[in-house]
Amino acid sequence: MQQKELTDTNREKVIEIKGLNKSFGDMKVLSSANLDLIKGENLVVLGKSGSGKSVLIKIIIGLLKPDIGMVNVLGKTVDQITYKELLKLRLRVGFSFQSSALYDSMTVKQNLEFPLIRNQRSLTKLETEKRIDEMLDAVGLLKTLNQMPSELSGGQRKRIGIARTLILQPEIMLYDEPSAGLDPITCIEINKLINDVQERFHTSAIIITHDLTCAKEVGNRIAMLVDGHFERQGTFEKVFNSGDEQAQAFYNYNFIQ
Amino acid sequence: MKTSDHSPKSAIKQPGKIAVWFLTIYDIYRFIIRFFKEALLPPYEFKEVMRQCYEIGYRSVLLISTTGFITGLVFTKQSRPSLSEFGATSWLPSLVGIALLRTLAPLLTGLIAAGKVGSSIGAELGSMNVTEQIDAMEVSATNPFKYLVVTRVLAATITMPILAFYTVMIGMLGSLLNVSINEGTSASAFFQSSLESITFLDITASTTKAILFGFTIGMVGCYQGYNSSKGTEGVGKAANASVVIAMFLIFVEEVVCVQFFSFFIT
Repeated sequence: MQQKELTDTNREKVIEIKGLNKSFGDMKVLSSANLDLIKGENLVVLGKSGSGKSVLIKIIIGLLKPDIGMVNVLGKTVDQITYKELLKLRLRVGFSFQSSALYDSMTVKQNLEFPLIRNQRSLTKLETEKRIDEMLDAVGLLKTLNQMPSELSGGQRKRIGIARTLILQPEIMLYDEPSAGLDPITCIEINKLINDVQERFHTSAIIITHDLTCAKEVGNRIAMLVDGHFERQGTFEKVFNSGDEQAQAFYNYNFIQ
Repeated sequence: MKTSDHSPKSAIKQPGKIAVWFLTIYDIYRFIIRFFKEALLPPYEFKEVMRQCYEIGYRSVLLISTTGFITGLVFTKQSRPSLSEFGATSWLPSLVGIALLRTLAPLLTGLIAAGKVGSSIGAELGSMNVTEQIDAMEVSATNPFKYLVVTRVLAATITMPILAFYTVMIGMLGSLLNVSINEGTSASAFFQSSLESITFLDITASTTKAILFGFTIGMVGCYQGYNSSKGTEGVGKAANASVVIAMFLIFVEEVVCVQFFSFFIT
């Protein structure tokens, strides 16, 4: 299911990136990158491996600092706020890791409980348990409550990772390679979950991927990251029917192969 | 905030070896300062500190019991010939008591904990770093430094004096076994004799050293694990460095403490 492009000049921008530069030593990863995320949209960032896609969302969440440029998230300039303010901002921005990054010494329940009991201390035990059940139900894994992460499959781990992120009810979701390393059937399930999250929780999202099926399924808008900046942006059709060589090569690699 | 940007290596472009050394020292200094800041400011993770205290104690108690008992027994056995030359075997309980309390127990406990607890902290945090679990805590608006570092360092600092005194007791039991077999001394006479010679200063010195060793073990393990390089090799290096550096520092601190407390012992 491909959704309509939500780009509209009147819609609120929840993330605004201007002139973003980031290098690691001599290697320039991002160079004058500009990007906006509009409220309620699923924006897919496409790019080759090592093109700086993950670096981009790590800068957005404040795990990395930009060299130059402005990153505004929900009205806050990420690299100019205090650590306390950054923690507050992170309550409103969820980050789903490529590796799921589940706490391997905790059960699924404890994984979900962990951010909740530290950030919403007013919740009672009953309310906490209800919220955990709700989130596990949303990702379709209610029966895994007492399992350890090592007992879960790759797809289940991804889902639990997303549930753990959603438990704080963020306004923005950042997905880092949600379908990486999964079989095609599980990929379809994860894509459906991303769309469900958008519908059910009214989130805006940036989805980092190099999987065009995922991009087509979940993206309202596609942005292609080439040589450190966004060359093409628009709907899936607009980007891949542009006749551009690099976009075509990407398309051919994903679909013809 | 834990970011790779803040590592000393990325602070300046291609620094020389001396610059890297100074930057590392500065990084360690910042790590220690951050520990005190985070430890003093709320929210406090009491439950996690208690859990870590239990983990640290539980992990080392068997090894400490065995080595403590053997140390007490062997030390008594080895000291007997020298003392018996002067007909002073009755001094054995006080000799063992002072030796265990002043030096052997804190040092032995510190070295065992450095190997057992330090390596475990280094490997655990290193592996959490590699698998992005520390970053996951960061992005879920939880301060990982407070939850992972402060709790472990506090737990090691609290547990070490308790373990050191436990080692003293176990070592004394080992010594008692040897003394009662050879001299037929009763347990009450043995403990009375050994406790008589122990001063408040001995207890203070022993406690201070144990606290210092615990803090060092926790700090070194956490610093190495928290700042480990990515990859499985990084985890191994962090665990290894946690043990080696902690053991080295424990010996250095032992020398400094002995010098310091010798000013007060007449």
